[in-house]
Amino acid sequence: MDKESQVVVVTGGSQGIGRAIALRFAGQGASVYFCHYDPDDSESKKTEKLLAEAGGQGKGYKVNVADKDEVKAFFKALVQEAGRIDVLVNNAGITKDGFAVRMKEQDWDAVVDINLKGTFFCIQEAARAMMKQKQGRIINISSVVGAMGNPTQANYAASKAGVMGLTKAMAKELASRGILVNAVAPGYINTQMTDILSDEVKQAFIDATPLGKMGEPEDVAAAVEFLASENSRYITGQVLHVNGGMYM
Amino acid sequence: MSLEEKVKNIIVDKLGVEPDEVVEEASFVDDLGADSLDLVELIMSMEETFDLEISDEEAEKILKVKDAIEYIKAHT
Repeated sequence: MDKESQVVVVTGGSQGIGRAIALRFAGQGASVYFCHYDPDDSESKKTEKLLAEAGGQGKGYKVNVADKDEVKAFFKALVQEAGRIDVLVNNAGITKDGFAVRMKEQDWDAVVDINLKGTFFCIQEAARAMMKQKQGRIINISSVVGAMGNPTQANYAASKAGVMGLTKAMAKELASRGILVNAVAPGYINTQMTDILSDEVKQAFIDATPLGKMGEPEDVAAAVEFLASENSRYITGQVLHVNGGMYM
Repeated sequence: MSLEEKVKNIIVDKLGVEPDEVVEEASFVDDLGADSLDLVELIMSMEETFDLEISDEEAEKILKVKDAIEYIKAHT
């Protein structure tokens, strides 16, 4: 597939890892449709500008991925406009940390709804289009926490482990249609999500990382790009860990 | 195009079979080589084409070409 005509969807694409992924594809000339759920459009507008500067086309949409109707409408409009979906990157995710014994039900639900159910809803819609095309790539952003666990992140760890299981089930279900489904599990990456952590926790993460430093969003984007490329055509149902060796 | 022709076109397209194989008595699985995901795709495609919603229980009863035609006739 000619990269210039690739249609790429990135959820949670207005900032952080999602933005880096969107930029990576835009740099190859792809048409990038990203969604976000920021209270205002400022980050999204900034990302659109960066995508255009990177040489691609990019458009941001406000979509709550945990809302099935919104997801349906977004993909319907997208397929109508772009005609196809080559790559779906399920990156939208949130944290609401706290000790499990004190965790509020709504904090559990919010995290699992966006990180896991939202990923599922987007796969459902994109897979319909990809099945017709008989090709496609789905890349889900999981987390090292989904493999290792982490105190105060029962909701997040469960959702990200769920994404790994979902990835494998979808890989098996869609393989016969030429659709490859993989996950990327980032470790400690320099984003807003990790910026809020205490210095103590940050240092503990770095100490637990053999490469001795945090990763950048671009490190994750490079792995996603690989899993969307021809070079990974025999890889499906895998979790690619991008974590500086924190988890092996 | 008649309803029957529309249904047959969907089957030819989704299952990659020859039009003359798609006779009313043909079973999707036994005669036309459909796997379980093919059946899901067929149902989805019929839902889209005829603006229907076919429940899983009803879909399970659509085993032959004529079942599909009869179902759509009864529901459009």
